[in-house]
Amino acid sequence: MEIKETAVAGTLESSDIQIMLSKGTDGIAIDLESDVAKQFGNQIKKVITETLTAMGIQNAKVKAVDKGALDCVIKARTIAAAQRAAKTTDEPAWEVL
Amino acid sequence: MAEIKERLRRTMMFVPGNNPAMVKDAGIYGADSIMFDLEDAVSMAEKDAARDLVYEALQTQDYGDAELVVRVNGQDTPYYANDVRAMVKAGIDVVRLPKAEDAEMVKKLDADITAAEKEFGREEGSTMLMAAIESAKGVINAYQIASASDRMMGIALSAEDYTTDMKTHRYPDGAELEFARNMVLHAARAAGVAAFDTVFTNMNDTEGFYRETEYIHQLGFDGKSLVNPRQIPMVNKVYEPTKKEIENAKNVENAIKEAKLKGSGVISMNGQMVDRPVVLRAERVMRLAKASNLIDEEGNYIEK
Repeated sequence: MEIKETAVAGTLESSDIQIMLSKGTDGIAIDLESDVAKQFGNQIKKVITETLTAMGIQNAKVKAVDKGALDCVIKARTIAAAQRAAKTTDEPAWEVL
Repeated sequence: MAEIKERLRRTMMFVPGNNPAMVKDAGIYGADSIMFDLEDAVSMAEKDAARDLVYEALQTQDYGDAELVVRVNGQDTPYYANDVRAMVKAGIDVVRLPKAEDAEMVKKLDADITAAEKEFGREEGSTMLMAAIESAKGVINAYQIASASDRMMGIALSAEDYTTDMKTHRYPDGAELEFARNMVLHAARAAGVAAFDTVFTNMNDTEGFYRETEYIHQLGFDGKSLVNPRQIPMVNKVYEPTKKEIENAKNVENAIKEAKLKGSGVISMNGQMVDRPVVLRAERVMRLAKASNLIDEEGNYIEK
């Protein structure tokens, strides 16, 4: 899957996470903002990285603003952002669902 | 053929499909059915994200014994086909079709679910469906809709669209819904499926909510669609059986046991024959009593 444009998914409401995805050249670089970054930062980044990798994205710049999202929410928002960035929202990303 | 289990469906709580906080917490309020909404509660721009969110939540969240329902987008939208496929793949219990107008729409959903079950290797017939009736045409065709598929779990009246279609709006006394309620209920009973009443949206009118719930309980609806978890205990209270009803039902159960022990085909209680409707009603009372925590494990009434 190829990132064609910058795209966002998710909101800044409680229990959500907003993920902005744009083109990158140096692997998956995640800039994470979260009140619980100390406790869960690594786990949040892991879910984002694994999801993107499974979708065939090796290079991307990710800006993530976490408001206490569960793993399932992080994964769902990453999938939505990636599909929007790759302009493939017409067909669900079965490879990660 | 889908196995439509007889179960309590007093409360069907709407949960906006793109709201993580609500999707995550939906299981904690004790609703009999949880209905994740991909349709009206989700804006056009968020249809993809809501579908992903509900899908992922269904994989990981524990919703206890609640029956899980998803309202997909209508068949006239570009989202419908992928909604059905994704939700079947996610293993949803029930797919709810909005704006059902005739049997053909239900047959199309049935065929689409069958195809999705095959595509994703789910057991064929394991997904149920239900239909929301939201127009005059839907009400007139209610029985055809309710009996159009072996997967049919129930039909629901949706009053906002219906009253608009009827060139009226909702009134406190509900007279404008009388015909639709009775049509939907009779269609459901004739087809052997569940019947759900419409939502009551004015959260400040507690008295009105109780009045409406008592009314639809009296008519015979299985339950009501809800927009706020605060309404769940209120509906359950209305559906709670009385001590007298429970004791009577317990006597019926005992009479059945006794008849079985004696090897008698005829059940009698206090010298009178107990026929099938009495048995069925007693079974429902005991299910309700159990759900309301009014009886112990042996079925005895717990004094408060």
